[in-house]
Amino acid sequence: TTVTGTRGRSAAVAIAALVIAAGIPLWWKTTETYRAWLPAARISELEALQLELRVEVEVVFARGTLSPEQQKKVPASRITYESCCKSKSLCLVEADHALHTLTETSCGSVVIYIIPEASALLPQDMRVYVGRSRTALLRSQVASVVGAGLPEVLAALDPQMEQVLQTMSFNHQDVTAALTDRLRPGLSTRDSLADSMRAFKSSPGYEITFSLLNPDPKHHQLHWDVEAALDAYIYPLLHKMAPVANFSVDSQILYYAVLGVNPRYDASASAYTLSADSLAHVINPVEARLGSNAASSNPVLNFLLYVPDSLHSPLIIRNDQKQEVASNAFHSPRWGGIMVYNVDGAYGNDTQFPVDIAIDMSRVMGVFLSQLRLMLGFQQTGAPPGFVLEAAGREGVAEWELDRLLWSRSVENVATASASITSLAQLLDQIANIVINDNIAQQVASAVTALQAAVAELEAGNLALALEHSREAISASERAFFDPSLLHLLYFPDDQKFAIYIPLFLPMCVPILLSLLKIFREVQQHRAEKRAKRD
Amino acid sequence: MTYVSLLSPVVCVCVSHFVLIGRTSAFLLLHQARAERFFRSDHTNNWAVLVCTSRFWFNYRHVANTLSVYRSVKRLGIPDSHIVLMLADDMACNHRNPKPATVFSHKNMELNVYGDDVEVDYRGYEVTVENFLRVLTGRLPPSTPRSKRLLSDDHSNILIYLTGHGGNGFLKFQDSEEISNVELADAFEQMWQKRRYNELLFIIDTCQGASMYERFYSPNLMALASSQVGEDSLSHQPDLAIGVHLMDRYTFYLLEFLEDIHPASQANMNDLFKVCPKSQCVSTPGHRTDLFQRDPGSVLITDFFGSVRKVEITMETINLTVPGIPLERFGGEPHTETALAYVDQLPVAQIIHQKPKQKDWHPPDGFILGLWTLILLVFFRTYGIKHLKHIF
Repeated sequence: TTVTGTRGRSAAVAIAALVIAAGIPLWWKTTETYRAWLPAARISELEALQLELRVEVEVVFARGTLSPEQQKKVPASRITYESCCKSKSLCLVEADHALHTLTETSCGSVVIYIIPEASALLPQDMRVYVGRSRTALLRSQVASVVGAGLPEVLAALDPQMEQVLQTMSFNHQDVTAALTDRLRPGLSTRDSLADSMRAFKSSPGYEITFSLLNPDPKHHQLHWDVEAALDAYIYPLLHKMAPVANFSVDSQILYYAVLGVNPRYDASASAYTLSADSLAHVINPVEARLGSNAASSNPVLNFLLYVPDSLHSPLIIRNDQKQEVASNAFHSPRWGGIMVYNVDGAYGNDTQFPVDIAIDMSRVMGVFLSQLRLMLGFQQTGAPPGFVLEAAGREGVAEWELDRLLWSRSVENVATASASITSLAQLLDQIANIVINDNIAQQVASAVTALQAAVAELEAGNLALALEHSREAISASERAFFDPSLLHLLYFPDDQKFAIYIPLFLPMCVPILLSLLKIFREVQQHRAEKRAKRD
Repeated sequence: MTYVSLLSPVVCVCVSHFVLIGRTSAFLLLHQARAERFFRSDHTNNWAVLVCTSRFWFNYRHVANTLSVYRSVKRLGIPDSHIVLMLADDMACNHRNPKPATVFSHKNMELNVYGDDVEVDYRGYEVTVENFLRVLTGRLPPSTPRSKRLLSDDHSNILIYLTGHGGNGFLKFQDSEEISNVELADAFEQMWQKRRYNELLFIIDTCQGASMYERFYSPNLMALASSQVGEDSLSHQPDLAIGVHLMDRYTFYLLEFLEDIHPASQANMNDLFKVCPKSQCVSTPGHRTDLFQRDPGSVLITDFFGSVRKVEITMETINLTVPGIPLERFGGEPHTETALAYVDQLPVAQIIHQKPKQKDWHPPDGFILGLWTLILLVFFRTYGIKHLKHIF
């Protein structure tokens, strides 16, 4: 029996050893979820991200602003400014255009020309003129700073230059508005909150749809040359915004589409009126009829041109103070705009219906362009006192306005991307059941790299590169966060795992454990006997 | 001209000074009034996710529940593009339905909630826990069309309505799987991390519904349930012609309450909490508002069930009418109009005059090979194996 006993004992020990040494690691390895390695250290660095924004400013002193000894101390990178602006009767816009052609301004930089106090270029009450490109004319009396070198001269100009930069590049409110979701509520002012609610969040692409609504085709045969109008007025702006996002534009005509509200007839104006309160209910019935591109998930901007039917013409919009609105248009934040175009003046009472009417696209596009600017994030800038901001005109947007948008978009992209990455890392930490594939790890790594590059470029002041890196970062982080494979194994909570494994392993483990115990007790008994025998 | 220019600076300064003050104060007032109306709530668009989780004919009432909420939400203004409707079974075209293409919510067939205009986004077996969680978190495969996605942003108010059979801490999907309250709370937290909602209203009409919102921990969530833990939600009334119960009690009274709401109504959430008291519902409806930042009394029903847009008058326009300048084409020369035609879908001419195509030679199929092998084996069996050496 001892032979069988020893054989049995060694068999039991061998099986137990096999189970413990080979079985448990094998089971552990085959049931663990695949998790690729994520750069956790760099991600935790992102949580304490400090942004530094730097604007390159070039200050040009005109003749007559500096005294001769100051002029000697200023480093001489002189330009032939005098030759083009000698004649006093030059108007401001032409001067600005001439100055713009002199210097090459990169994206994000600002050039400030200091002109003498007595210059007749600016009217008396105007201190600063901001042109369409990135130049500003500042009137100041620097020569009166007695016996000063360059640093003192610049220090004297500091408060005024700061004001110019806050208008042209960014100020504290813009930056906090760009970071609104990541900040505690109450830090941003209500105005900036309204701006952030109105403009679309940063997205890789937008879709713009122009729709003509004709509720009365029997009477009005409308012709709108929307392709030419888009080419002339809208595409230049969208082309300028190409570094920010991709745009896809389409247009449609909807027949027998009515507004959801009945306008009231006002005898004093002999027109039908829509009050400001009823405007909110106009959009919903129409929206069901507007299509959208099924293939993309980009936000959609809708611009509707509504031509009222002949029974309800003319239709005017009244604001809260019951006054007529000049543009006859309204817009809804993050949705788009609607303009009402009255055509009752184009025909008399006894014309042959339907009447051919050509729509004046320049008037229409003027309204749509201003609404588009609001939706895209160009705020209605309130100029500080003494400032004059040149209107953008046909180009749609001035370059410094675009720079402003690029600053806030870069900051917003960086903030959103870093928040996505940190929350993704936190989520993957918390839920141990999520499989992390290699492509997700790669996306996260590239997002982190692009983020660090964007922050570095912002510190260096290269706005265009910073925006590009921030766009890369945000697209990589969104792709990583919203990857379809990141759904944790459903119905697998830990308490249910025990319920699955116990019926499998317990019947197998019980004999092993009991035999091990038996062996252990026998060995102890044997040892006790040996000790007793010795004694 | 000189004396004018001497005087005008002095005058100009004073006048502009006053005008500037006047204008700025008026501007501030107008801005404030507009800002007040703007900020009554923080949302700019509304979404709704309506889910019915049970299948089979005797769960008719769950589909009717979901369709009646869908109907109210559409009536109050949310368009189909902003509603994700998930129905686990088709009752209107079920072969046991004595009135096909209808789903009634009231006995004696008073109210057909199916109507003419229903857009179901997830139907039948597509309604699974995985798809529901994917819709909420946004982790859908890239081939998913727009109508099946929840494309909300940080200023969207979302209404989520779930109905079906549930228990303490879970909701049953399709009679084969369940979603637990922990998973749901985690999904909402992931939505919050990505700021996929501004405020979220969660309504659940199942047995022991209050257990589903016990585990929520993300901000800006308000939840309503039709019954407390340990209680059953009961159905309302059977229709003897159709043969099943048509609606659940809580949703029946909810629908009655919503029929009185119109897009401009000022009813608030406190009225919603009073819907279906114990005398009518037999179970005790519950609600949870501790995670919600605003006071429920200031939250309008239409903030979640309707879609009242914020509107601003466009004050500034850009003057583009410059006379004499023709519209230049931006992209280059205009492309010539070519006449477009449809491709022939059935090229009849080719078919009629078709010659029989030369078929490529293929080696013999498996069947033929097997048959020949069998024949050879039988031959060599009968006539002796020594003939085989003639082959090999």
